[in-house]
Amino acid sequence: MIEAVGLTKRYGAKTAVYNLSFQVRPGTVTGFLGPNGSGKSTTMRMILGLDAPSQGQVTIGGYPYRKLPNAPRQVGALLDAKAVHGGRHARNHLLCLAQLSGIPARRVDEVLGVVGLQEVARKRSKGFSLGMGQRLGIAAALLGDPQVLLFDEPVNGLDPEGILWVRNLMKSLAAEGRTVFVSSHLMSEMALTAEHLIVIGRGQLLADMSVTDFISTNSADFARVRTPDTDPQQREKLTAALTEAGGQVMPEQDGGLRVTGLPLPRISDLAHGADVRLWELSPHQASLEEAYMRMTQGAVDYRSTADQRAGLQQQLPPGAMPQPQLPVPGQGQPGWYAPPPPQQGGQPFAMPQGTPADANPYAAAPQPPAAAPSAAPEMTKSATDNEDAAR
Amino acid sequence: MAATQVLRSEWTKIRSVASTLWTLGLAVVVTIALGMLISILSKNDYDSLSREDKITFDPTYTSFAGMSLGQLAMIVFGVLVVSNEYNTGMIRTSLAAVPQRGTFLFSKVTVAALLAFAVGIATSFLAFFLGQAMLGEYKAQIGDPGVLRAVIGGGLYMTLIAMFSMGVAAMLRSPMLSLGILMPFFFLISSILGNVSATKKIGRFLPDQAGSKIMQVKTPFDDDTPYGPWGGLGIMVAWTAAALLGGYVLLKKRDA
Repeated sequence: MIEAVGLTKRYGAKTAVYNLSFQVRPGTVTGFLGPNGSGKSTTMRMILGLDAPSQGQVTIGGYPYRKLPNAPRQVGALLDAKAVHGGRHARNHLLCLAQLSGIPARRVDEVLGVVGLQEVARKRSKGFSLGMGQRLGIAAALLGDPQVLLFDEPVNGLDPEGILWVRNLMKSLAAEGRTVFVSSHLMSEMALTAEHLIVIGRGQLLADMSVTDFISTNSADFARVRTPDTDPQQREKLTAALTEAGGQVMPEQDGGLRVTGLPLPRISDLAHGADVRLWELSPHQASLEEAYMRMTQGAVDYRSTADQRAGLQQQLPPGAMPQPQLPVPGQGQPGWYAPPPPQQGGQPFAMPQGTPADANPYAAAPQPPAAAPSAAPEMTKSATDNEDAAR
Repeated sequence: MAATQVLRSEWTKIRSVASTLWTLGLAVVVTIALGMLISILSKNDYDSLSREDKITFDPTYTSFAGMSLGQLAMIVFGVLVVSNEYNTGMIRTSLAAVPQRGTFLFSKVTVAALLAFAVGIATSFLAFFLGQAMLGEYKAQIGDPGVLRAVIGGGLYMTLIAMFSMGVAAMLRSPMLSLGILMPFFFLISSILGNVSATKKIGRFLPDQAGSKIMQVKTPFDDDTPYGPWGGLGIMVAWTAAALLGGYVLLKKRDA
């Protein structure tokens, strides 16, 4: 059991982790999610006693790591797969770690077998791929047969077979009653591996709940509606009708519509009333990835903007209409649920050129992360924001 | 955490990388080869020396002339032993396994220093005997007064210079930074400070200048150094202790 209470870490003026309190319980895989730079690795280092917290404390089984009796036999960790001396053989790397903890040498050969590196045991780790490095790091974590395991991005660089193997390994370790704490960026992977999630953003706790709760709290269900591609007027007609009825409509890249705030039968009725044919009307539930994007939208430190290619585009002949550009998700736009980035980079929904971005009072104020769990009103808000920004 | 476990682990670490063999091998070869070369040149040059220089001619110290270059390889060895941990990021794994950072650092230094001493003392004896063989009729005997002390001192000098480098590397962490400071310092700056009359009084308290006194059997005429051979080695030990203490204090309170 890992327990953090009011954990805070400052580096000079920058606060990397602020007032973080959580528990990681044995018997389940706990996922640790957060955008880049949100403090995941800092937290992991504090758990291992490598960095001293500025305030608060984190304990393993009731002890701070540095006071934990026989720590390497109780806690195993993979922090950085590349943290090995490239000139040392894989086996010697593990051997010197085993000797540090008084673990017999035959255990080294055991874990090499567990991670499937027997063949390259006498090869210098310099030539290892990232995936082999991850396996070596996992082997090091397993050496002491510990009750508590920490993995920082364990599936980075692994092939599909390796990812499946790590997933099953984590689950089986947890099933043996161990505490397994795994950080990752890969939401889809976490959805399959973890049962419980701890989400942080900008060093603060955003969520501490089970995966199923997390998805249902943070995802907004929506309906996908498609009108005949041959007749764009129908689409506008339906959009007007749905908006009038109180729904929120967002155009999708492929010409479909994303409708929230209206049940499916009502959408069908409205379409019928407006005399619009539908090619598609389907219910959708957001994935963990979308739920995560939505939750962390205000806590992302590094956000991309759309590539304007200023000065690189060909001059259009006078009078020609510029080609409407539909945004590619992920480019200059964190996700469908996210508000527009602070600086109006691209043209979010490919509307024709409109008012300058600073006309939008909401554009410069991203949602505070603390308000995220209240799903529906938030959704409404960001959708309107987007529309405002686009107009 | 038994210190013996950490010592065993550090021994595995040190013997399983190629840089150990290369740096120590280079230290042996360079020290002995250069010592032999200078000894041959000194023998051929002996007749042209002044009377005073002939009286104070120190065959033992002459055969140790290769130390000035050989010590650089020892410095690289000392720096790499410590900074490899930081350079590779292995330090986090190591400190997670040994939360007692003092035990970790001093076990590492102990293992490396013992190895450096074994290599240093062998180098010193070889450099002496091979150098004397080159000197022919002007050679010193190992039984002569002060000679055995100088030869053993040569081994201690090489050990201490490696340990001093380990302390500096523990403070600076980066191998480039450590070598960038230590190499020019011991190769150039120290000898410049020690030979310019204005700075001589300060220069001779630098670790290498003070420490190399132990390898001298005869002192030059105009020598007014205020310490003897063991006093000089004591000054070097103090420098080394200070560097290691600095490394320990920083490691203790710094985030890994």
